[in-house]
Amino acid sequence: MPLKTEPNLTRPDDFYESLLEMHRDLDDAQSQSANAQLILLLANHIGEQAVLVEAMRLAREGVTERSTPRASVTR
Amino acid sequence: METPADYRNAHFAYRRAAEAASDAQAVVHPVVVVGAGPTGLATAIDLAQRGIEVVLVDDDDRLSVGSRAICFSKRSLEVFDRLGCGEVMAAKGVRWHVGKVFFRDELVYAFDLLGESGYRRPAFVNLQQYYVEGYLLERAMQLDNLDVRWKNKVVGIEAPRMRDAGTRGNGCEPIALTIETPEGQYELRARFVVAADGARSPLRKLLGCDSAGRTFKDRFLIADVKMEADFPPERWFWFDPPFHPNQSVLLHRQPDNVWRIDFQLGWDADPELEKAPERVLARVRALLGHDAQFSLEWVSVYTFSCVRMKSFRCGNVLFAGDSAHCMSPFGARGANSGLQDADNLAWKLALVLRGLAPDALLDSYAREREYAADENIRHSTRSTDFITPKTATSRVFRDAVLMLARHHAFARQLVNSGRLSVPSVLADSALNTADRDTFSGSTVPGSVSADAPVDRDGDDDWLLSHLGDTFSLLIFGGTNGLDANARGLLAASTSCRVPVRNVVVLPAGAQVSGTDDAAAATLLFDREGLAAERYDAKPGTAYLIRPDQHVCARWRAASAADLEAALARALCANVD
Repeated sequence: MPLKTEPNLTRPDDFYESLLEMHRDLDDAQSQSANAQLILLLANHIGEQAVLVEAMRLAREGVTERSTPRASVTR
Repeated sequence: METPADYRNAHFAYRRAAEAASDAQAVVHPVVVVGAGPTGLATAIDLAQRGIEVVLVDDDDRLSVGSRAICFSKRSLEVFDRLGCGEVMAAKGVRWHVGKVFFRDELVYAFDLLGESGYRRPAFVNLQQYYVEGYLLERAMQLDNLDVRWKNKVVGIEAPRMRDAGTRGNGCEPIALTIETPEGQYELRARFVVAADGARSPLRKLLGCDSAGRTFKDRFLIADVKMEADFPPERWFWFDPPFHPNQSVLLHRQPDNVWRIDFQLGWDADPELEKAPERVLARVRALLGHDAQFSLEWVSVYTFSCVRMKSFRCGNVLFAGDSAHCMSPFGARGANSGLQDADNLAWKLALVLRGLAPDALLDSYAREREYAADENIRHSTRSTDFITPKTATSRVFRDAVLMLARHHAFARQLVNSGRLSVPSVLADSALNTADRDTFSGSTVPGSVSADAPVDRDGDDDWLLSHLGDTFSLLIFGGTNGLDANARGLLAASTSCRVPVRNVVVLPAGAQVSGTDDAAAATLLFDREGLAAERYDAKPGTAYLIRPDQHVCARWRAASAADLEAALARALCANVD
């Protein structure tokens, strides 16, 4: 099963709020640890190595390909 | 000569070699093994047991001074069994199977290697390297055709240039080694040289072969302490413990009430300063408590690399053990993989020397063990990256795994304090015959044959004791013994190109019709049904097993032609 990048969250706004809530009152080190634990928990839930590697590839591209202009102005 | 039991302090006498005399005849030995460590000793013994005359040279006159490699795997014990010294190793070694992992001041989880029973040897024993070498040496000295020469240092090599046609294999010009002794130099000539001369391999340098890989910027302190302690014989590993913050510590029991404590020090530590007894004592007391009564046995500060030679074969010089590959100590893959190199090399070299297999079989040694070295290096590198995170982010993930592991089973499989040595499955080896029939289970072509408890002539025995040394044809029968096809195969195996030993396994309580089945085979009964289970066997199932106990072919029903073709493939007889 390929990585889903089409909308798949059942309650997107609630999810985003929960994500911020997870970090409430945490200092930077705690937040980093919580993020890492969250990634590990989700990775285990997904399980499929190919899907995880694809997600990691997209995440890395997201920071390494900043110089490439995106066709995102036509919003 | 009797070997003193105090292997740590024993010195062995230098004796003048026959070749060193001024009127000596030029002798060409079939094999010279360089280096009397575990790998060199095992290779020399294995070759000598196969009837090959061997000279083993070592630049020193003593065995391993420190405990060094201490964890010997089941596979290593099985190799020692084949070499005739498994029992003494297993009896002296400390058996352990429980490992505990701590993070800061908490137990994160415990693992148990015991898993399945029904193997002659345990998953691991801890045994100081000087005992392993001492027992191997005792075995070596029982063999008349094995000549051990102490204080014989290789200082030069003249080998036929490796890429020239005709300079490899049995028929080419011999190698000339220049040997330095307390009495001066002499020339030692050999068809083949096995370079088991350690991580700093002088032979590798003399031949200009390089070894490439990663060096880790970290230092570790080994403190072997002798004490009466009530710690259990378990492997305890701490990440970031209160008594040694930000670093890792390993505690492990050895025989004679000696405990190995391994402290990570970091790259900035001064190796000389850290070896000072008062400094070591303070670190040990921090772990054991201030009232602990102990004495220091051996202290060493080490760094490590994960490197290997591009090819383990350089003409007729074959590299084995640390000379060919080095890795981090996490997972106990150093000495254990060296012993597997020896196991892989000796039978091939013996068959090539006898003219029963082409030179290409020696290339398969290099390919198979390079593959295994890559696997070992990959595992030990991953362990190292977990134990000593190189960046702030990798540290965050490492700690996150350890925090999750306290409560969640999934995270425990990510905790990596060393993936303990298991033999490589040489699944892609050119020596294997691909399965034609369907099998399940893990005893696949390329894997080490599984052990199982069996009954022979009414006595308890082990299957592995009857496999190896030569090729073995292992045939499973049913409750009524063997069918006609299986009997035909047993008969056919006696006229193969190389000797094949026949081993028949029948279900416990099976009826044997007369002496038919036993005539040309060792007859074993599958005491607990584990042999049939581990080999996924049905009546008629046949396995062809290499002299190093690796499976190379299997069938549900094999013909004599199948057997002959699989043997030819396992000997590279179609290649040269």
